[in-house]
Amino acid sequence: MSVNIPPIATSATAKETSAALAMRMSISKVNFFYGSKQTLFDISMGIATNKVTSLIGPSGCGKSTLLRTLNRMHETVRGARLEGEILLDGQNILRQDVTAHRRRVGMVFQRPNPFPKSIFDNVAYGLRINGSKLPISEAVEKSLRHAALWDEVKDHLHKSAYELSGGQQQRLCIARALAVEPEVLLLDEPCSALDPISTAKIEELLVQLTDLCTIVIVTHNMQQAARVSDFTAFLLLGQLIEFSPTPQLFTTPGDPRTEAYITGRFG
Amino acid sequence: MNSRLRWRKFVSGFMLAMTGVCALVSVSVLFLILGYLVFHGGTSISWNFFTKLPAPVGETGGGMANAILGSGKLLLLAALIGVPVGFFGAIYLAEFSGSTTAFVVRYAADLLNGVPSIVIGIFAYSLVVLPFKHFSTLSGGFALGLMMIPITLRSTEEFLRAVPNALREAAMALGASKSKTIATVIVPAAYRGILTAVLLAFARVAGETAPLLFTAFGNRFWSQGWNQPTAALPEMIYRYAISPYDDWHRQAWAAGLVLLGLILIINIVARAILSRGIAVPRT
Repeated sequence: MSVNIPPIATSATAKETSAALAMRMSISKVNFFYGSKQTLFDISMGIATNKVTSLIGPSGCGKSTLLRTLNRMHETVRGARLEGEILLDGQNILRQDVTAHRRRVGMVFQRPNPFPKSIFDNVAYGLRINGSKLPISEAVEKSLRHAALWDEVKDHLHKSAYELSGGQQQRLCIARALAVEPEVLLLDEPCSALDPISTAKIEELLVQLTDLCTIVIVTHNMQQAARVSDFTAFLLLGQLIEFSPTPQLFTTPGDPRTEAYITGRFG
Repeated sequence: MNSRLRWRKFVSGFMLAMTGVCALVSVSVLFLILGYLVFHGGTSISWNFFTKLPAPVGETGGGMANAILGSGKLLLLAALIGVPVGFFGAIYLAEFSGSTTAFVVRYAADLLNGVPSIVIGIFAYSLVVLPFKHFSTLSGGFALGLMMIPITLRSTEEFLRAVPNALREAAMALGASKSKTIATVIVPAAYRGILTAVLLAFARVAGETAPLLFTAFGNRFWSQGWNQPTAALPEMIYRYAISPYDDWHRQAWAAGLVLLGLILIINIVARAILSRGIAVPRT
């Protein structure tokens, strides 16, 4: 397959904005392979500190793959290979200890995946396995409050996590990820299995969470990207087509393919 | 109604009846055995059966206290060998090995599972009995333990594989290492199934006679130690059932009932343990 790769449309304002912003992570010249099949082509972009960056694009464009490389979850797949450099606070993440790195870059998945444990134990899990010295029950309460779940579950912390609704389970997973105080939180289509009301709650939450950490969200839903994110990257067939501040990408896209996608001509 | 439709309705009704009858037969075999055992065993069972040694030939009465204890010791040994080997082997297969290794090991385990139990007995005989020059509890437990390995291994592996991948990812994304993920998430999520599998393996070997015939050998008295022959319930059932004495036949029935009762009790206790804790819901 030969794909003609035009230069990434990055507007002057995006450059100015990103220059003024501190970058928590930086991805440079990332190529990704599953066996012999290449799924990401020469991706370079920055993840701004305490902002929400969203990755959009049609199914199979590589947005989830890109997200998973950020906390090295791609390594759990046999035959996956990454070329290029990903920095977190200036350090190459591929040279760090993988478990230590994943504590700094948390992840929330497409479907809520609480452990078969109580609500409390779910949130406490990360603290316990990392041998945290913090008082666990206080940390659990704090995380549940950050995830806007505390008021709903405070009276039955010892019930099974599976007794919660889907939206509550997803917020529980967010609380579980927040408990280890990550610097970056990755979310892989966190609302795709949820109803609109639960989705709205999580979107509201994400914006508040930027006080605590940097957020990268993969979404299928362009309106969601527009609502929650500060920066948006549009990917197509494994290539980064456009990366701009969100309002700009949705109002004056710099690439005809971006425009075609956001106006619903394909995807 | 034309004849073709009538024929189809007849075939449908006939086949439905057949499936129902077969389902009924499979259940009734169990209840028939149970009923027969309770009927014959129940009348011969007494307190003496649990506390006394077998009576000398020609005398009536006596019990099988030594066989009950012997079965307990043999099963303990079997569990000490079969459960850890099967369990950790299954963890390797489900979580670490490549697909070729897993296939080979799985296939070998299935073959081992199909090896006649008498052959397992001969194997234990030549490996443990001959060098020690003694029939022993140890060799009997070893034979039963070998039989437990493939059953525990295969079913534990199935239950580990059934744990959703999403849970593995969730733990790893929180910075859990592979071994921590297995110990704190995967095994706890699968433990009900694993325990059930172990119990099935247990129940299966608890009734084995053939591997004990030339390993534990049997003993009409209390066993003098782990390296001495011991009585066991299934082996006593075999000897008593083929004897010419009516009293022994009655005791064999009682032994059958006790063996069944013990397995039932183990199962009930395990179910009670299983009902606690949180299960992963089926999706």
